[in-house]
Amino acid sequence: MSNHLLEVRNLRIEFPTRKGILTAIDDVSFHIDEGEVLGVVGESGAGKSLTGAAIIGLLEPPGRVAGGEILLEGRRIDNLPYEEMRRIRGRQIGAIFQDPLTSLNPLYTVGRQLTETIMTHTDMTPTKARERAIEMLTQVGIPAPERRVDQYPHQFSGGMRQRVVIALALCVNPRLVVADEPTTALDVSIQAQIIALLKKLCREHGTAVMLVTHDMGVIAETADRVAVMYAGRIAEIGPVKQVVKQAKHPYTEGLMGSIPMIGHTDEKLRQIEGSMPRLTNIPTGCAFNPRCPKAFDRCFRERPDTIPVDGTEVACWLFDKETANV
Amino acid sequence: MAAFILRRLAQSILVMLVVSLVAFYMFQFLGDPINQMVGIDTPLAEREALRERLGLNDPMIIRFGKFVLNAAQLDFGLSYQHKQPVVDLLMERMPATIELSFVSAIIAFFLALPAGVYTGLYRNRWSSKALLTLSLVGISIPTFLIGILFIYLFAVILGWLPSFGRGEVITLPGGWTTGLLTVSGLKAIILPATTLGLFTLTLIMRLIRAEMLEVLRTDYIKFARARGLTNRAVNFGHALKNTLVPVITVTGLLLGNLIAFAIITESVFQWPGMGRLFLQAIQEVDLPVMSAYLVMISFLFVVINLIVDILYYVVDPRLRVEKSGGGH
Ligand SMILES: Nc1ncnc2c1ncn2[C@@H]1O[C@H](COP(=O)(O)OP(=O)(O)OP(=O)(O)O)[C@@H](O)[C@H]1O
Ligand code: SF4
Ligand SMILES: [Mg+2]
Repeated sequence: MSNHLLEVRNLRIEFPTRKGILTAIDDVSFHIDEGEVLGVVGESGAGKSLTGAAIIGLLEPPGRVAGGEILLEGRRIDNLPYEEMRRIRGRQIGAIFQDPLTSLNPLYTVGRQLTETIMTHTDMTPTKARERAIEMLTQVGIPAPERRVDQYPHQFSGGMRQRVVIALALCVNPRLVVADEPTTALDVSIQAQIIALLKKLCREHGTAVMLVTHDMGVIAETADRVAVMYAGRIAEIGPVKQVVKQAKHPYTEGLMGSIPMIGHTDEKLRQIEGSMPRLTNIPTGCAFNPRCPKAFDRCFRERPDTIPVDGTEVACWLFDKETANV
Repeated sequence: MAAFILRRLAQSILVMLVVSLVAFYMFQFLGDPINQMVGIDTPLAEREALRERLGLNDPMIIRFGKFVLNAAQLDFGLSYQHKQPVVDLLMERMPATIELSFVSAIIAFFLALPAGVYTGLYRNRWSSKALLTLSLVGISIPTFLIGILFIYLFAVILGWLPSFGRGEVITLPGGWTTGLLTVSGLKAIILPATTLGLFTLTLIMRLIRAEMLEVLRTDYIKFARARGLTNRAVNFGHALKNTLVPVITVTGLLLGNLIAFAIITESVFQWPGMGRLFLQAIQEVDLPVMSAYLVMISFLFVVINLIVDILYYVVDPRLRVEKSGGGH
């Protein structure tokens, strides 16, 4: 039995299409421990959101989990009936999406949306739930929460709305929060505040976070461990210090090279040449081989699985004993 | 709120003025009222005198002013044909038309609601597809044909419901006649109201379905599911309420249409409403009745729109509060 909070084993997500089955997530495994922040990075289309959606059990059809399993506190949750999974959503696994402007129902007050969530998952009375709602708004740093609780989403600014969304995701103390680019849609000046708030609240409550982001700076500051995804697979996963400072996978190296340095805004970003392959024509062997500066013959024949290399796991033939010294 | 209603009211008055202008112009172009009033052998001088006396020689703007003033006091003159005040004729028939339209609107809305929600939520079920196909039929068959089919089936073959008339009516204090309080009246309204409402029903149903599909794709519905709300709360509490915002507007507009389109249904079912009066008036070039009908119908339209606007305002908080309540 595993003692991880969340464990994803050999996850595979497929989309049946007219031209055949598209495999969007292929053999992805990772875990998140109690209270830990796992950062997930990778280019657009790498499969970060799909992985998150699979964890909260909200993959949109026709997408489906075609293989592997997802365990929460050792219990398998990827094959639960809808109603059972619903009870886990919000209660044990919270979610935060990208766009706070559209995540709240415009026709209900934020208080009503909070109390409704609280009362769905607990047996609090409406009065108690309202108190809890106000308390949550206080926790996420909304001024005058007694008044704000009765206001509608459009009366809040973008940053404030994202705070409300965080309050909604955390209002019944879930064990894990899946935050999919929670600040991408926000003004740059507010992004850091929101991330800091999320980090603080989750630390206080011992909530684990799966934090999907494009921002390596955020990862470096917030995450305990990082998973780097590429073309539906994990390229590298390990403690944040090692992955950021001593990237092993050539793709991670490229990503780290493209972090903008504060104070060096005019410096040209080092971009990785080329773009990620479409799902329909992923090259044989290592999916990164067309862009990899270090590719060698084995990379075009065999697909690498993750290999443990001093504390991290890397899916790259460079680190396989057989080929390491070629 | 007050400013909003005032603004809408001003718009409504403008609309009514434009409609009155059209109604007024009908007098100018559709035949000469003097011809309708006098015999063929009336001498020219006498006609001129009558013309002068009726103010028909006044400048257009004054005559229009008089027309509007009179119309505002519900004075549309005498019907050429019936030799009675037009307003009495209309008022006598208005309850029949309004009851017919409202009942068909209610039938349409309350059948369209579950059908639209169902086909929106379960769009892949064969029953949804069957309902949609059926609704296409409803949209494409002309009203009078449906009316005739209904009469043939339910009145002639089955003999369940009467094929014409309003049944027994009761006069309420205030002069409003209603058929909704007697068994025969209720029976009589079923066929015409269903016939009249069928088109609207299919329209609203398809609209609700389309809106529902749209809303179900939104982020706040996804987020509501992610919060673990029950399907019931997500579908009916969140999705349906958002769906209804635009649907209310359209339903209101369609109610106006129902009143206007009642003409056809009224003549198929010999329903004693304003529409039938209007058709007769056209045949007999009874201009005062025609223009009064036009003004009345527009007035109902405008009132309904006003109510819809206010309702919209009540439902959607974004309209209620003008400015955002503070930043971050
Ligand atoms: N409904 C769908 N049908 C087919 N393919 C899909 C569908 N939804 C997603 N995909 C594919 O799955 C892959 C992963 O998508 P995902 O949204 O997880 O990417 P992401 O890493 O979150 O990207 P981004 O950074 O842009 O959010 C993409 O290549 C996308 O094309
Ligand atoms: S396996 Fe080969 S192609 Fe892939 S990242 Fe490693 S060196 Fe590059
Ligand atoms: Mg994404």
